[in-house]
Amino acid sequence: MNEYTYPILFGVIVGTLARIIMLKTDYRQYPTYLHGKIIHLALGFIAAGLGSVAVPAIMEKEFTAITFLTIAASQFREVRNMERNTLTEMDGYELVPRGKTYIEGVAIAFESRNYLVIFTSLITTLSYLVWNLYIAIVVAIIAYFIVNKLMSGSTLGDIVDIEHSEVSFDGAGLYVDNIYIMNIGLPARQEEILKYGMGFILTPKSFDVRSTIANLGQRQAILHDVSVSLGVFRDSGTPALVPLIKRDLDDGRIGVFILPQDKNVEKAMKVISAVPVLENAIRMPSESKASNKEGS
Amino acid sequence: MQLEKAILATITTNAKKVTAGSSIFICETKEEMEKVAANLEAILDGISHALSDELYIIVKH
Repeated sequence: MNEYTYPILFGVIVGTLARIIMLKTDYRQYPTYLHGKIIHLALGFIAAGLGSVAVPAIMEKEFTAITFLTIAASQFREVRNMERNTLTEMDGYELVPRGKTYIEGVAIAFESRNYLVIFTSLITTLSYLVWNLYIAIVVAIIAYFIVNKLMSGSTLGDIVDIEHSEVSFDGAGLYVDNIYIMNIGLPARQEEILKYGMGFILTPKSFDVRSTIANLGQRQAILHDVSVSLGVFRDSGTPALVPLIKRDLDDGRIGVFILPQDKNVEKAMKVISAVPVLENAIRMPSESKASNKEGS
Repeated sequence: MQLEKAILATITTNAKKVTAGSSIFICETKEEMEKVAANLEAILDGISHALSDELYIIVKH
């Protein structure tokens, strides 16, 4: 026991708690129970340890100890690789795959959350050592809010207007509103699609959003999330029954065609509006130099 | 080069419309054509698309 024991212990506990809070298992069911979680809790504990130890090390003038953090960085990059590989392997067995963009988004989130843990532990240990336990507790609470803010991105409901629209056939062509989805030849399949299919039109709220929702990864993410939440009327060997999203080239609207098992319009609209906007799909054409000049 | 889409079979009631290329199934009636197309769809794991009333193709996507 020395003067650093309690501050380090406190930092480790707060950091690990932060990781537990950030490790939410929701409709995505990922990470799955116990084993998947234990991996991330253990890594979170290590991250918390590294963050806490850094401050006393500097106070003891052990500046080289900071290089430990670089080891941590490469360690957590490995976490990102691990998540990416696992999810990509499993994606082949999903009825409606997540898609590479979604997987990359999840992997990035796992890596960045470990850095948030390091940050939390570092500042709480620092404030314990500089001031006292009570201030450290306040700092921990503030860190919790910062972490919460940083880990929540925007959702689709923020950037598009969602309308329900009937699916219809024009000959063999399947349409959602006026957006052509695909060609379905067999009358039996057409009947199934009319019976189980649902259509939605997503209208972008701004010009920037057009390119975001046009991103194929973002579209696949919508289909995956809807299929997870509402079930999907599909099996291997029925490739004609596939949820699809196509784009209206004229105005950038997208037509979402889904085959849910729970045909509840309200719920489907809620699910679509809760789909995360993928970091990798966001585009900002309005920030380009060309459009800035136009504006000024 | 890897082909992403391929026509696996052609089903028609009008033999004049198709020549060689993929496996061709010539049927007598529209009902027969639909039945054959439905079976082939399941067997080949492709989607049957209607090009016209008398011509269906099975495409692997």
